[in-house]
Amino acid sequence: MLKQTNYLTKVYGLPDGWTLPVYERESHGYEAARRALTTMSPADVVTEAKKANLRGRGGAGFPMGVKWSFMKPHAKKPAYLVINADEGEPGTHKDRTLMERNPHAVVEGCIIGCYAIGAHVAYIYVRDELHLSKERLWQAIREAKEKGFLGQTPFGKDYAVDVFVHTGAGAYICGEETSMLNSLEGRRGEPRLKPPFPAQSGAFGCPTTVNNLETIAAVPTAFLLGCEDFSKLSAIHTLNDGGVRLFGVNGHVNKPGVYECAVGLTLRELIYDLGGGITGGKALFAVIPGGSSTPVLRAEETVNAPDEKSPAHPWHGKSVLDVPLGVDTFRSLGTMLGTCCATVMAEGTDPVAAFHNLMQFYRHESCGQCTPCREGSGWLSRIADKLLAGTCSMQELDSLYDIASNIMGNTICAFGEGTAMPALGFLKKFRGEFEAYVRGERSGRDARLNIGSAV
Amino acid sequence: MTFALTPERERELVEILARYPTEHSKMAACIPALHLCQDQIGWCSDEVVTFVASRLDLPAAHVKGVVTFYSLFNQRPVGKHQLWVCRTLPCALRGAGEVLAHCEKRLGIKAGETTADGAITLRTAECLASCSTAPMIQVDKVYHENLSLPQVDTILDRLQKG
Ligand SMILES: Cc1cc2nc3c(=O)[nH]c(=O)nc-3n(C[C@H](O)[C@H](O)[C@H](O)COP(=O)(O)O)c2cc1C
Ligand code: SF4
Ligand code: FES
Repeated sequence: MLKQTNYLTKVYGLPDGWTLPVYERESHGYEAARRALTTMSPADVVTEAKKANLRGRGGAGFPMGVKWSFMKPHAKKPAYLVINADEGEPGTHKDRTLMERNPHAVVEGCIIGCYAIGAHVAYIYVRDELHLSKERLWQAIREAKEKGFLGQTPFGKDYAVDVFVHTGAGAYICGEETSMLNSLEGRRGEPRLKPPFPAQSGAFGCPTTVNNLETIAAVPTAFLLGCEDFSKLSAIHTLNDGGVRLFGVNGHVNKPGVYECAVGLTLRELIYDLGGGITGGKALFAVIPGGSSTPVLRAEETVNAPDEKSPAHPWHGKSVLDVPLGVDTFRSLGTMLGTCCATVMAEGTDPVAAFHNLMQFYRHESCGQCTPCREGSGWLSRIADKLLAGTCSMQELDSLYDIASNIMGNTICAFGEGTAMPALGFLKKFRGEFEAYVRGERSGRDARLNIGSAV
Repeated sequence: MTFALTPERERELVEILARYPTEHSKMAACIPALHLCQDQIGWCSDEVVTFVASRLDLPAAHVKGVVTFYSLFNQRPVGKHQLWVCRTLPCALRGAGEVLAHCEKRLGIKAGETTADGAITLRTAECLASCSTAPMIQVDKVYHENLSLPQVDTILDRLQKG
């Protein structure tokens, strides 16, 4: 269901929309934080937060309130809130808009989040390339401090909160939460084995909550509306997937961009109503629903969910384009909602070249700690090279399955799955095109997606 | 040649150190400190590594390990300006390949190389969170989005002039 909203994005595009006076005037800025800190206990805040059914916006869709409830006070150690603004998943371009255009929502969310989990310090981990984002966040922090919303006694409450921006230095893997914590501590961004989970031992060995940047930026809205009412804005809140979120669309559409809508929007609405349809009036070929790690869908696919218990069952037999974009609905389609930014490919797009482009990305970004991931991502990308060069045998094509399957479940972090799942997805959905390359009926020498990996 | 931060950057480093819990602050400041050094001379030379190690009481091997892990830390000198063309699928679907080819042709170098006059290092980048305004390039600290080839020319003209 298409229901555009403007809670998170009301100040987008307004003159000085990123400044405190505009945030206060247009978005009831800092009212939610003031109310939380001055009228509620931290436990109340967590209880309320759970009602929002706010599923983590970083990719895995874990419920935000439940994550907060994992934080238990420690006798000696402080707690930390760490905000993930590494935004590196290919096809994802939403967090950046919040940092640049509505940074106060992030800062206000951090105040509420810190209070809820017993932290006095929040670090916002921003990828280094986003210089404007960092600048806007710092400015928002300064403004909030001057007003007394941050610091020793926010809103007069004796509960100190400080927010700092920390930057990486160019590594996709630092978006993985434990890698990010290592990077925050000044180390190589290599993921840590879990357990311990961040809630037990995170930043500086202390209990830590990691929330995605959009997740935390949505918190003030949820509290302003009341978390239950916020949840009910969603057409699929009964699936515990509540509220509003940012939907991105990129690739072959007429109006690529970031649109705020109630949860429940479908891919068809995102691509045709918001995205303005396919470039050049072409037909839709395929969609990657939420970042390159989420398995691709073909335009003509229908839902196969005969089991009544499946979250996608109500859409059984219908087009996948008509299923609400939700965490559980999309998992039931055999893919994932991921970061909810869709990459659209029009007819004529070469799926083998698209696969090649992405496999180069994963080979480049594997941190190299685990053999199946380090070697597997290399093999996948080398076979993709051979496919495009026309030198891949049928046997090698078949070995793609084994290589990808061997990565699954055999690695320290979910980067492994994030590489294997899209590889298997492309293979399954486009087997015919892959075989055509092997038989020499197609060739990739002029494929425009064939750009060498980052140098 | 030894390396030291300018007084202004040194002040910034002191501010940075105060952001982290005291007993962890020197290690936590490692990446920000390397950024400050690289801002000053363009790359993370051995002297920079030695400086950061001694300034933050860290083993040089740790600092070196950090430098080699992160792709934005330059391990050799680069051009006066760095230009990254995003190469990843969403940008590629909207013409990143043409933008890259155009830059390579105009500058007479391949991605990964620096022009003979040392003015421009041309690089490719993985997704820069700008996919809905593709194709895009990053020049030093600034994004240029929704690019047409004439716009790329304007950017290159400006960089080549100075
Ligand atoms: C390889 C990899 C990259 C990731 N990149 C990001 C990222 O850029 N931003 C993000 O918020 N989460 C990213 N995540 C997910 C985080 O590990 C973590 O689940 C998330 O930040 C939690 O926030 P949320 O619960 O609010 O979604 C990544 C995960 C993996 C495995
Ligand atoms: S799965 Fe890959 S990225 Fe993750 S820790 Fe292992 S080698 Fe590193
Ligand atoms: S693919 Fe180029 S910015 Fe995302």
